[in-house]
Amino acid sequence: MHFEMSLMEPDLQLNNTVINVVNLSTHYRDRKILDNINFDVRRGEVMVIMGSSGSGKSTLLRTMLGLTMPTEGEINIMGVDVCNASRNELYKLRRSIGVAFQGGALFGNLSLIENVSLPLLEHTNLDINTVKIMSRMKLDMMNLSGFDSLMPAELSGGMVKRAALARAVIMDPELLFFDEPSAGLDPVVAAELDEYILELKSALDMSIVVITHELESALRIADRITILDKGEVVVCGSVEEVKQSKLEKVQNLLNRRPSREQLSPDEYLDVLTRAQAAKPHRGHIND
Amino acid sequence: MINAVSQLGIRFIDACEHIGHLTLFMFNVLRKMFSPPFRYRAVLKEFYLIGAKSVFVIVLASLTVGLVLGLRLYFEFEQFGVTERLGSVVALSMITEMGPVFTSLLIIGRSGSAMCAEIGIMRSDEQLDALECMAIDPYKFLMVPKFWATLMTVPLLVAIADVVGIFGGYIASVVMFDVASGSYLQSMYGSVGWHDLNIGLVKSIIFALIIVSVSTGKGFILHLDKKGSYGAEGVSRVTTQAVVMASVTILFADYLISAFMV
Repeated sequence: MHFEMSLMEPDLQLNNTVINVVNLSTHYRDRKILDNINFDVRRGEVMVIMGSSGSGKSTLLRTMLGLTMPTEGEINIMGVDVCNASRNELYKLRRSIGVAFQGGALFGNLSLIENVSLPLLEHTNLDINTVKIMSRMKLDMMNLSGFDSLMPAELSGGMVKRAALARAVIMDPELLFFDEPSAGLDPVVAAELDEYILELKSALDMSIVVITHELESALRIADRITILDKGEVVVCGSVEEVKQSKLEKVQNLLNRRPSREQLSPDEYLDVLTRAQAAKPHRGHIND
Repeated sequence: MINAVSQLGIRFIDACEHIGHLTLFMFNVLRKMFSPPFRYRAVLKEFYLIGAKSVFVIVLASLTVGLVLGLRLYFEFEQFGVTERLGSVVALSMITEMGPVFTSLLIIGRSGSAMCAEIGIMRSDEQLDALECMAIDPYKFLMVPKFWATLMTVPLLVAIADVVGIFGGYIASVVMFDVASGSYLQSMYGSVGWHDLNIGLVKSIIFALIIVSVSTGKGFILHLDKKGSYGAEGVSRVTTQAVVMASVTILFADYLISAFMV
């Protein structure tokens, strides 16, 4: 397996680590989704997890959040063993983390401010006016002031992402997960979101895990990058370390080269013919 | 042949697994219905959506059922000269069979499908995952209010359907065919007992549980669907399945309850 990882002093790693993923594997029937994943996230850093479509990024995120159980391996988030934690322990942990989903996952029957204030209403005994003030502060921070009463269906794509981010940070979490912040957004709005992420990191001293396949965004915001390919960690290190990696898969991703050379029509026909010959009893090619 | 048998086996195992998931879901919600926090406002909102908004259609449907019952039975009873028994037969039919079954089938079509689609879309759009990630229990936050509201609403709607259906039978027999009003009412009072009302009540509660469990459960376990498709297609498929499954289960349960309680 191709694997590069920056070395750290063990003591420093122990004190500073908020997420520690060890030998994590997830299989679906015979298919490997994640294969022996190892990496860590340090306090106060932005870790970007990159990879092409189908590389296992989303499965890794869901597994880290405890939404999917891995086949084997360990995930330790802020001292909690996510894979073996009880439901109550998971809920306790989740109160100190924030998650902004790719599509926003805002509740369609709640207004913008109701969506943002929901965690506060559920987990604190603050009176409604204080909750509203705190929610408006977060909305202001995301440049969404004045849109309190709008419903999610009335918001643009960028506003939905910012609203999701506002809701994710409403409890001032120590750790923030952000799934595909720039997916489906124009470059200007995507750059704005990157700025918000950097602001959150510096202003609130959060550790942030960003899942993305957008190279420019990743290079802009990341302290360290983990690159996944076909469920395996190809490289994990600082931006410079990743840029200097000699691995072909990393260079392909950084230079936006397809991983396989384009086949000529004759070669493609040859591949098809061989595949069909290998399965003569079937009338179609499944590959 | 072996392939067909193995396919049949796989389907059977999948069906058992699916029913297992739905049953676990139902027991999870039932267990959480009695633990705080109680969301009275959410229950009231669901009560309005499932119950109050269904009243008109239930009244209209049960009035029609009562009218048809009165009309059909009048011609049959007239041949034997027992039209004074119309009140008894219409009332018993409405209270023990027609009221609970028709009301439940209408609620499945009106509110059950809506609940399934709502929860299915929430699953598909990661809103349920978002709740989990905010440490908010989706069972307590979303399902418990729907369960309380449906369990309270269906018996009330069934009671309304019974009264309106009996009134429909009264219009058909007394107003349209000149059956004596007193004999219609007297035969009803004479034959309907507490036992019949209990059958209606038990049926309405069990049917309510079936409606809400299947409707919300099918949406909730959308991601476990073996056909795999999420999104609009997946939601429309599970909604159709929920309506069919809940309807068939209610009809089957109706037979079982009638067989045990009559």
